[in-house]
Amino acid sequence: MNEIAVEVKGLKKSYDKVDAVKGVSFSVSKGELFGLIGPDGAGKTSILRILTTLILPNEGSANILGYDVVKDYKKIRNNIGYMPQRFSLYQDLSVEENLEFFAQVFGTTVKENYDLIKDIYIQIEPFKNRLAGKLSGGMKQKLALCCALIHSPDILILDEPTTGVDAVSRKEFWEMLIRLKLKGITIIVSTPYMDEANLCDRVALIQNGTIMKIDKPASITSEFGRMLWAIKSENIYKLIQDLRQFEFIDTVYPFGEFIHITSKSNNMDTNSLISLLKGNNHSKIEILEIQPNIEDCFMALMNN
Amino acid sequence: MLKQTENIIEVKNLVKKFGDFVANDNLTFDVKQGEIFGFLGANGAGKTTALKILSGLSFPTSGIVQVAGFDVYREREKVKKNIGYMSQKFSLYEDLTVKENIRFYGGIYGLSGKYIKEKTEDLLKRLKMENIKDSLIKSLPLGWKQKIAFSVAIFHNPKIVFLDEPTGGVDPITRRDFWELIYEASDSGITVFVTTHYMDEAEYCDRVCIMDQGRIEAMDTPALLKNQYNAKNMDEVFIQIAR
Amino acid sequence: MSRFWGFVKKEFNHIFRDYRTMLILFGMPVAQILIFGYVVSNEIKDIKIAIYDKSKDNVTQEITNKILSSGYFVLDKNIDNDNQVEEAFKKGIIREVIVFEPHFAEKLEREGKASIQILADASDANTANIVSNYTSAIIRTYMKNELMKGDLPFEIDTNVQILYNKELKGVYMFVPGTMALILMLVSAMMTSISITREKEMGTMEVLLVSPLRSMPIILGKVIPYVGLAFVNALVIIALSYFVFDMPIQGNLAFLLLETLLFILMALSLGILISTVSKSQMMAMFISMFALMLPTMLLSGFIFPIENMPKILQWLSAIMPARYFIVIVKNIMIKGSGFMVVWKETLFLVGITILFLGISIKKFKVRLE
Repeated sequence: MNEIAVEVKGLKKSYDKVDAVKGVSFSVSKGELFGLIGPDGAGKTSILRILTTLILPNEGSANILGYDVVKDYKKIRNNIGYMPQRFSLYQDLSVEENLEFFAQVFGTTVKENYDLIKDIYIQIEPFKNRLAGKLSGGMKQKLALCCALIHSPDILILDEPTTGVDAVSRKEFWEMLIRLKLKGITIIVSTPYMDEANLCDRVALIQNGTIMKIDKPASITSEFGRMLWAIKSENIYKLIQDLRQFEFIDTVYPFGEFIHITSKSNNMDTNSLISLLKGNNHSKIEILEIQPNIEDCFMALMNN
Repeated sequence: MLKQTENIIEVKNLVKKFGDFVANDNLTFDVKQGEIFGFLGANGAGKTTALKILSGLSFPTSGIVQVAGFDVYREREKVKKNIGYMSQKFSLYEDLTVKENIRFYGGIYGLSGKYIKEKTEDLLKRLKMENIKDSLIKSLPLGWKQKIAFSVAIFHNPKIVFLDEPTGGVDPITRRDFWELIYEASDSGITVFVTTHYMDEAEYCDRVCIMDQGRIEAMDTPALLKNQYNAKNMDEVFIQIAR
Repeated sequence: MSRFWGFVKKEFNHIFRDYRTMLILFGMPVAQILIFGYVVSNEIKDIKIAIYDKSKDNVTQEITNKILSSGYFVLDKNIDNDNQVEEAFKKGIIREVIVFEPHFAEKLEREGKASIQILADASDANTANIVSNYTSAIIRTYMKNELMKGDLPFEIDTNVQILYNKELKGVYMFVPGTMALILMLVSAMMTSISITREKEMGTMEVLLVSPLRSMPIILGKVIPYVGLAFVNALVIIALSYFVFDMPIQGNLAFLLLETLLFILMALSLGILISTVSKSQMMAMFISMFALMLPTMLLSGFIFPIENMPKILQWLSAIMPARYFIVIVKNIMIKGSGFMVVWKETLFLVGITILFLGISIKKFKVRLE
């Protein structure tokens, strides 16, 4: 078994009357890329802020590298790199000035840890004299990542780093994270994008302050445990309505141009379904059995 | 789907410049009535600029832009009457109740009190929100706000509704509930024009247009685009185009 | 140490790159001092008056001379009968008519009491007030200096209510007041805004998560403003000295030391505000309504404290600016040393320590 980097037990956090985190436990091994996957308001930010010692839990405990987030917060702060949800750099300082400032804050220099950030910094170096506020979304993320890495932390904690970033930058960002992981850095990342789950070693699916499932992405999808079909016709809206009318159909969820359905008996005669639908004036019907993805699993867990 | 072939938006050689910067570089496209049209691109690709022109908030530098049969230069008041708009910030008043918000927006479009009242009841029933009609917007979950915001945007039966980055951050089930509302609107003949940088959303559109650096780089149905670029999802299509 | 100077350098970058901050920092003090200065000094320079001397004796002559040689008044004409009084005002040139009753010296000698009537053109109420007050102040000074030489009590009834400061030093009132106001603004408002900006932008999160302790964070944010506020104080003192001929009777070094103390007080107040406000907007409002307005209204800067209702007088007693104004006035105008202003100085020291103590206690090492 790998060494434990982060251990969270029975964590609870509430603000006024709202329970944001309702008893969450998980652990992250050293060198692991761990994802907290869930929508806005699921409690991701609260958990990460407890881990970064920014807020105190109401109940439960959390350890990072053996240090308690409440008692030993000063020690933890020396060892983690953190990228908050919002773009958290000085917009009126240049790329270079931001980097140098954060290096100084952590009592180090850009030179000292340049190796670690080199791959990333090279991409934004042509703009090093530009004010951070004038960078594109993707560039900002890269700069923020450089700043979070400048003191060579053991653990990197990233709160929704890819929210609001375009697809290309998102892809590049994840490629960077995976390279960092290979350098031995433990990474905890939160995201509302279900498709990013597959890029993590292990993920926790969170909804309403509770973890519904923790596992490897592949194990989660293999445990879906039901047959799943994708179906489409020329009129998607009518198709949704009609499918819901059928007794034997269980769940009906639009999924882009297709609709994902499960049946109550967990098997289905697709030919008879097609002829039923044809009777309802549907044309160009396509149906195929598919493997569930994380989003299918997430919705199934939400319904439990 | 049973789309009619009438064009509801016609854009020919649209150019928008800010000084030397070309935000929209010679855009030409049509949107058909009842279509769900996705306008995709990274931040700064020119989506918001085009959206502002189409909704009559800003003038094009040159080109022909017709929305709902009206010219955006000369008849922008008529354009505005025929469109609805929902931004990512929902444009609802947080400190007003659900009913008060609906009333307010109905009033803006000059609908009669009686009509607003009847339609509000009907709407709340359909959304299954009758019991929260007197709740403040700020007390509601994100997904509900989204649904209300969308319903408010189409309350005056516009021909087109513009959705600016509508569904970020909600859980997958709520997101699908929301898309069903969009399908329903489209089914009733309302054209839905969605801008987003979230390629997942693109998969739900009838047709998408991908912008990059002010230009249209691709325009087709998601299925055909995926086919053309030999990609398994729109994310990959976009990455190939933008790189 | 390099950590800390990196912080200070970064703070200067913020300030120098934001033209609005620069404007507040450097444009406003100059503008304010010039505006206050000219408004106040113009009003009491070369005011045209008329004298209606029904007595024409040596005392009325002496008083007239005193008034005309004060530099505030210019004699436009002498009046001989009652009808001319109204006429004189109607032309709109004359702001004030001074009327000596008949047999002025005689009455003063015999009854120990004589009266002067001051008629002021109140179409500009403010000027009228100031003008009449200055006149009566001059008369009283004369009375004190000239007539009190003997033991006999004399009394000249001037017929006007004293509304303004009695020391005739109103010209100089605005410099200490403006100085207090500007230093308060630069130090308290700017620091509180710049600290809350970091909260709002999310950069505070990153700073808190870093190994930086709260003390260096606060000091790093505050030190640039100490420097800038001090430069501001120097500009104000120089302007008032060279442009408005304000004297600096006392020790300049002592004056600067007291100024520094006031700056520190305002900064600690700024930090305190930033610990309770969540946004720049809130910090600004608190600074505006809890600091600026009281500093202007309750410190004796604009309205004399003696004329305030009791409850406002009590409130004014806890306004740090009030004490600073007293200190500056004493040093600059009277040339007083520490022995005269030690009470006020002690108050400022005390309240600075109090504010700093509370802010350090309240400054959070976490987000909540």
